[in-house]
Amino acid sequence: MIGSLRQRRRGADADANAMPDPDSLGGQGPWGPPPVIEVRALRKVYGHGEAAVHALKGPDDPEGGEPLGVELTVEQGDFVAVMGSSGSGKSTLMNILGCLDVPTHGRYLLDGIDVGGLDEHQLSLVRNRKIGFVFQSFNLIPRTPALDQVELPLAYAGVKSAERRRRAEAALTLVGLGDRMDHRPNELSGGQQQRVAVARALVTAPAMLLADEPTGNLDSHSTEEVLAIIDRLNASGRTVVLITHEDEVARHAKRVLRLVDGRVVDDVRQAPVDGPPPALRDPAAFAAAPGGGR
Amino acid sequence: MNPLQTLRFAVAGLAANKVRSALTMLGVLIGVAAVILLLAVGNGSSQAVKDSIEKLGTNSLTVTSGSGFGSESSATTVKPLTVDDAKALADPKQAPDVESVAPEVTTSQTAIYQGTSHTVSQVVGTYPAYFEASNSKVAKGDYFSDDDVLNSRKVAVIGSTTATDVFGTVNPVGKQMVLGGTPFTVVGVLQTKGGTGFQDPDDVVIAPLPTVQNAFTGFGSLNQILVEAKSSSATTAAQNEITTVLMGQHDITDPTALDFQVSNQASLLTTQASTNQTFTVLLGAVAAISLLVGGIGITNIMLVTVAERTREIGIRKAIGAPKGVILGQFLAESTLLSLIGGGLGVAVGLLGSRFKIVGITPVVIPESVVGAFAIAVAIGLFFGSYPAKRAASLRPIEALRHE
Ligand SMILES: Nc1ncnc2c1ncn2[C@@H]1O[C@H](COP(=O)(O)OP(=O)(O)OP(=O)(O)O)[C@@H](O)[C@H]1O
Ligand SMILES: [Mg+2]
Repeated sequence: MIGSLRQRRRGADADANAMPDPDSLGGQGPWGPPPVIEVRALRKVYGHGEAAVHALKGPDDPEGGEPLGVELTVEQGDFVAVMGSSGSGKSTLMNILGCLDVPTHGRYLLDGIDVGGLDEHQLSLVRNRKIGFVFQSFNLIPRTPALDQVELPLAYAGVKSAERRRRAEAALTLVGLGDRMDHRPNELSGGQQQRVAVARALVTAPAMLLADEPTGNLDSHSTEEVLAIIDRLNASGRTVVLITHEDEVARHAKRVLRLVDGRVVDDVRQAPVDGPPPALRDPAAFAAAPGGGR
Repeated sequence: MNPLQTLRFAVAGLAANKVRSALTMLGVLIGVAAVILLLAVGNGSSQAVKDSIEKLGTNSLTVTSGSGFGSESSATTVKPLTVDDAKALADPKQAPDVESVAPEVTTSQTAIYQGTSHTVSQVVGTYPAYFEASNSKVAKGDYFSDDDVLNSRKVAVIGSTTATDVFGTVNPVGKQMVLGGTPFTVVGVLQTKGGTGFQDPDDVVIAPLPTVQNAFTGFGSLNQILVEAKSSSATTAAQNEITTVLMGQHDITDPTALDFQVSNQASLLTTQASTNQTFTVLLGAVAAISLLVGGIGITNIMLVTVAERTREIGIRKAIGAPKGVILGQFLAESTLLSLIGGGLGVAVGLLGSRFKIVGITPVVIPESVVGAFAIAVAIGLFFGSYPAKRAASLRPIEALRHE
């Protein structure tokens, strides 16, 4: 299915850009891999008329028309922290990036594929294979043991039972919950629940990890544990986008975006896209830097 | 996603909330069992009436004295029925559609055998034709004969209740019991008729007419005359002939001033059967209501479940569950619930119908089993899958925000 999506994308690109040689696309061409996330003129409006809320709007049109919408490109392997005050549109943006919601205007290209053109079933495949989503409120399935939670995305991907178990156990061990596999959400601490959620997000080995305030409900110790996992994932080549209110968390990112009122007002690079994230680049210096210690 | 996996998800889903699953199943169970049982009871009672019509024989007519209840007859003097009347009815020239005639006197006497005493509610003095006309067959021994009647022999055929009450386990045939002070030799025991009325039709002693008249009632009037028509289609003709003959016998010229009544037992029972029909319909309505209530119960639980599980559906969608798989899981869950609940309901209904309920032996209507089961499963499926379908069509974020 993903294969056929790829096929389709090549066709679409060939049409749109009149590329002479479609084979030069797909990652090895002279233009390099397409950005994982490419957002064009993205706007999200909740409600209608008087009560309409422009959650995402981008810069105002100098000619006085509709706002121009948010433009954003995230390269493969980047680690982006999105910051901004409450109600600035961070979650709105993240939900659209995670294919959980659809924009009112504009296009979202994921790995070069226009998500707006996918049907319900293709979208479920994209969510399953390409995206790992971690919620602020964990969103684990009630009354279900951790191992089953983590197996679930694999089950939806059609992975065989034995293989599923093996990979779910590996993912849980990776997040340090090897001894909590049979625990239900109500038998786990908040930090442990969030680590189960991270394990569930990464078990399908998605290219992209999206996390909406993954540490928002956690104490500093659990925050460090979850961030350490995310750092390692990014070091292994995953693209990570996370929302946070805390500077300590943002320090881990290679790039920090700041949103105000549905606009990107600040875009700072802290480390190059290629190479390990700041925390793993020089762990000793990172821990010693202001705000790094505990 | 194979069906087995979907089924496993469904079982896990049901096991995750055992109380909710059990309550839903209980709702289906009660609905189905109630429908099966109530209809079986209704059916059982009308079946019993039908059986007693068959027992009576459809071609027998009863002639009783008097103008009868509710009739517009203006007879001033009532001549009692006599053996002469019966003799006149037995004349094939006057009443060609009459097969046989049995005059009857009835009394109640105490029977004693070796110290055991029992009050027989019905002691009948009659002719052997009575057995045929009243559809009474002997199980042991024999009927008494015309010869016994002519010679006023003290012989009797007794009903099965009387036999067990008076003789216990002893075979009564050939034994002598004392009936109201007169010794009678038992020559036969009737087959059990069983009955639904207040009077037990098996508590009876049948003896030759002159013997009973001599011993108890005297040679005056008869209680009734039992007439058997040649065939069930000849009952109306026979009824007219009887009326004509008895009008002659009793010197009556005005057909609206009769001092006797000819009634067709079968038609009486048919009225009773139609009353029973109403009863069954009523029970059916009650059953339908209980199924409806059961259905609303299932619906309610399913709706609450889905509202509660919409967030869960959102989570599942967010981690990439295709809509079809989610629907499959919910459909499988509600199928399991309603199948198990319905199956248990059928089991309970069938089990319950093996017992007598308010004196009626329930007779299960196979259609009601199939129907109740099918309706319960259909309700479960519809209300299990419809709200799930709605929830699964939401965007994941909408489902996640659901409260
Ligand atoms: N479903 C909705 N219906 C209407 N308005 C909404 C909806 N979701 C978000 N909004 C509005 O859109 C704006 C942006 O919301 P969003 O959730 O993206 O904020 P946020 O930056 O994530 O804030 P926080 O840091 O508090 O999580 C807010 O003004 C919010 O009221
Ligand atoms: Mg938010």
